[in-house]
Amino acid sequence: MRRGPSPFLVAMVAAGLVFLYAPIALLILYSFNASQLVTVWGGTSLRWYAALAHDEQMLDAVSVSLRVGLISASLATGLGLLAAVALVRGGRFRGRTAFSGMVYAPLVMPEVILGLALLLLFVSLKLPRGFWTVTAGHATVTLCYATVVIQARLAGFDRSLEEAAQDLGLSPARAFLAVTLPNIAPAVAAAWMLAFTLSLDDLVIASFTSGPGATTLPMRLYSQVRLGVNPEINAVSTLLIGVVAAGVVAAFLIQQGKTKT
Amino acid sequence: MTHDPLIPAKAGTQAEPAAKRKGRLGSRLRGNERGKNNLAVLAPYLWLALFFALPFALVAKLSFSHSALAIPPYAPRLDLSHGLTGLADFLRGLDLATYRRLASDRLYLLAYLSSLGFAGLSTAILLVIGYPMAYGIARCRPRLRQALVLAVILPFWTSFLIRIYAWIAVLKPAGLLNQALHLIGLPSVTLLDTNAGVVLGLVYAYLPFMVLPLYAVLERQDESLIEAAQDLGLTPRRAFWRVTVPLSAPGVAAGVLLSFIPMVGEFVVPDLMGGSRTLMLGRTIWTEFFADRDWPAASAVAMVLLATLVVPLVLVQRRRAALLP
Repeated sequence: MRRGPSPFLVAMVAAGLVFLYAPIALLILYSFNASQLVTVWGGTSLRWYAALAHDEQMLDAVSVSLRVGLISASLATGLGLLAAVALVRGGRFRGRTAFSGMVYAPLVMPEVILGLALLLLFVSLKLPRGFWTVTAGHATVTLCYATVVIQARLAGFDRSLEEAAQDLGLSPARAFLAVTLPNIAPAVAAAWMLAFTLSLDDLVIASFTSGPGATTLPMRLYSQVRLGVNPEINAVSTLLIGVVAAGVVAAFLIQQGKTKT
Repeated sequence: MTHDPLIPAKAGTQAEPAAKRKGRLGSRLRGNERGKNNLAVLAPYLWLALFFALPFALVAKLSFSHSALAIPPYAPRLDLSHGLTGLADFLRGLDLATYRRLASDRLYLLAYLSSLGFAGLSTAILLVIGYPMAYGIARCRPRLRQALVLAVILPFWTSFLIRIYAWIAVLKPAGLLNQALHLIGLPSVTLLDTNAGVVLGLVYAYLPFMVLPLYAVLERQDESLIEAAQDLGLTPRRAFWRVTVPLSAPGVAAGVLLSFIPMVGEFVVPDLMGGSRTLMLGRTIWTEFFADRDWPAASAVAMVLLATLVVPLVLVQRRRAALLP
């Protein structure tokens, strides 16, 4: 029988959650503030959202970020699926240690180092920096997250189902697509979402690998934040938080629902 | 393809020809499939070699170069149009000058030490806050537990930059915190643009990294061990310190590594919440690169940072199983 948490632990959990959420809640609240002053309440208003709709630079940055996110997340998920298959089922292939090292290192590697390294690569390859270099950078960094998520699910998948499909005459590739993939689909979807959000969120890698004409949303926000707090940033941030929160909760529910059945 | 030792080619001795053929076919399929799985590795392997391994070799190379007034701003440059003499000239041009320059400048040493200091202090605070949180969540009913875990994960997914930005409005001199303090008659505090602000920002940003691995270990812990300890006469408090804490060591190690390593190289927090005199290596690399255009110095700092983090990074590799909640 599991004992419930003591009052001290309840207080700590509550305080921790307040600590995590209070600044975000205030940011959302003040995005509806009518006043120009970000810390003085001047009544409710949607004026900053309206202003956003006319901010060409901001809209442009949003569009760049969304496109980078879509492409890099798809690349990362595809490569991550292959990497997960290799790590779970490949046995001891040549170079496995180096491979898993490369897959996992970006999880904790300081972003500044990764960004610098990628930039030096693009410079020495004489690639013009811009949309595609940011996309490649993001795909590389998010690849490891995608691999970890898919790998966990694939390792728990009962392989005999796939073998049964093969005994019934499907080729290994078709058996994988018809039996295994639908079963690990929630993890693949979650991996894609994680990669997409991380890409949408990244400032450091993008700053190093981007060039003229490819300013992502975080880069735009960063340059504005450096100038000071402004209510329009609150409005953009609120929208971004809303989209991400909805996506995360949906992904979480999908995974929970699947594991219960 | 050699025979897979895990799969017996032939089961039993009563091998009539058909079954024998089938058995061989089966093992050949398995062999082929393993080959396919090895092929699966090819695409991600090549990708990572190009976009991960090669770039690090370039950072290493550049750290032995000199900065120059050119585009790109460093020398020597590898010129293969002269064949081997080009390569020889290039290799002769590399030296340790940049590292010597870093070693002789006190600012770099200070940035290095203060990075480790900030990360170490913040990790300690994270452990003190994160452990009771994780333990509390692990003790809740399953449904509530899931909701609480989601609540801890959610900020991790929400933009890092936005979460730090949110603190700026709270901590500004005339910000919300000081307004609240004023209302209840307390003196105002200055946290933004101070070192204390950086620690606050780091603790805030990395709290999920500490709570989740701790939770993963504590949630799996067998409650009956505590009961046994108490039956043997330990007070609940002693049982906690003698049983629960030692058994959660892998989670503690994971949480410490997962937060400490990225914090050492953190850029956004010291840049936005720290003062102009806050020194951290992530910021140093950024400034060397973008403001001073000293690419060799940025690379050398990155190499030093990497060398410092190699041991914890290898530990992470080893303990991966415990890291993933």
